Amino acid sequence: MKKVIFLLFVLVTPALAIQPDEILEDKLLEERARVISKELRCLVCQNQSIDDSDAPLARDLRVLVRERLQAGESDEKVIRFVVDRYGDFVLLRPPIKASTLALWISPIAILIVGVILLLMRFRKQEKNMPVKVEPLSSEETKKLEAALGKDRR
Amino acid sequence: MTKRVTFLPLIIVFAVSVLFAIYLWQIGPGGKDISTLPSAMIDKPVPEFDLAPIEGRKLGLKSGDLKSGLSLVNVWASWCPPCRVEHPFLMTLAEKGVTIYGINYRDKPADALRFLRNLGDPYKRIGADTTGRVSIDWGIYGYPETFLVDETGRIRYRHVGPISSEVIENVFNPLMDKISKK
Repeated sequence: MKKVIFLLFVLVTPALAIQPDEILEDKLLEERARVISKELRCLVCQNQSIDDSDAPLARDLRVLVRERLQAGESDEKVIRFVVDRYGDFVLLRPPIKASTLALWISPIAILIVGVILLLMRFRKQEKNMPVKVEPLSSEETKKLEAALGKDRR
Repeated sequence: MTKRVTFLPLIIVFAVSVLFAIYLWQIGPGGKDISTLPSAMIDKPVPEFDLAPIEGRKLGLKSGDLKSGLSLVNVWASWCPPCRVEHPFLMTLAEKGVTIYGINYRDKPADALRFLRNLGDPYKRIGADTTGRVSIDWGIYGYPETFLVDETGRIRYRHVGPISSEVIENVFNPLMDKISKK
C-alpha cells in the first residue's frame, strides 16, 4: 500500500496550461517556444508566465510565439514582437535600462551597506575588548610552573 | 560613533516606513491607478490590420479607416459583462457625434448581432477579430478597452475597462478637445 501511495506521489506532475494541439512537432522549435513562453508574463494573471496560464490571451500568445518561430524568426525577434505591443511589463525579467536601474542596483547596494555596517560592528567590538592580554613575565612563568608542577606529580 | 551605530537601524526603519507611506499615498489619495497597465502603443500609429465585418454586416474595419478624423476604437464582445455596462455611454457619445469604431473580439456573429440589436449600435464600422490576433497587435489584455485615435491614425490614449460618464467627462472630453484644437 505504501509503495502504491509513493508511486502515486512520484507520478504527480503539475498540470500544464499548454494544450496538446498547441505543441509543435519540431521538438527543437517547441523547446525554444517553451523557453520564450516562460519569459513572457500573462497580462491577465500577472504573476504567471504565458507557459503557466490558462487565460485565453496566454493561449493566443503561446500560439503566436510558435507561429513566429515556425516562420523562422529568432528568439529575440519573437520576444521583441510581444514587447513592442505590451511593453517591458510583459517580460518577467525586467531589462536593465535607465528606468529600471534602481530595481537592479538597490539589492546590491543594500547588501553592501549591510556588510559595511557589520564590519563596523566587529571593529567596534574588537576595540572595546575588556581584557588586554600581555605575555607572562619570567617571574610569573616560574610561579605558574611551580604551582602546576606540584599537581602534576 | 557608538551612538550613531545604535540609532542606525531605527533610522533605516524610519526611512523605509516613509518610502512605503509615499507609495501608499500614491495609490490612495494620490490617485495613481496601478490596476491598469500603461499601453506600449501610445503615440504610435495604429497597427496594420484589415478585419472582415461581423457575419451578416456590411462594413469591416481596417487601419486605413482610422485616418479620417478623431475617433474612438472600442474593443468589445457580447460575452463580456463590463462591455454591456459601458454600452449606454458609447451610445450617448455616438449620439453626440463622436466617431466610434468597434473591434469585436472572439464573438459568435449571432451573439454579437443580438447584442447590437438589443442595446443599440454606436459603431460606424466593426471588424470581427475572430482569432484575437489583431487584438494582440493593439496590445489588448482585457475587455473592454477603448483607444483614442487622432486624425493621422496615431493612438493617443487607451482606457482599460468600461467607460463611464466620469471617464468621458474627466478623460475623453478634455483629451478630444485638446487634440481637435491643435
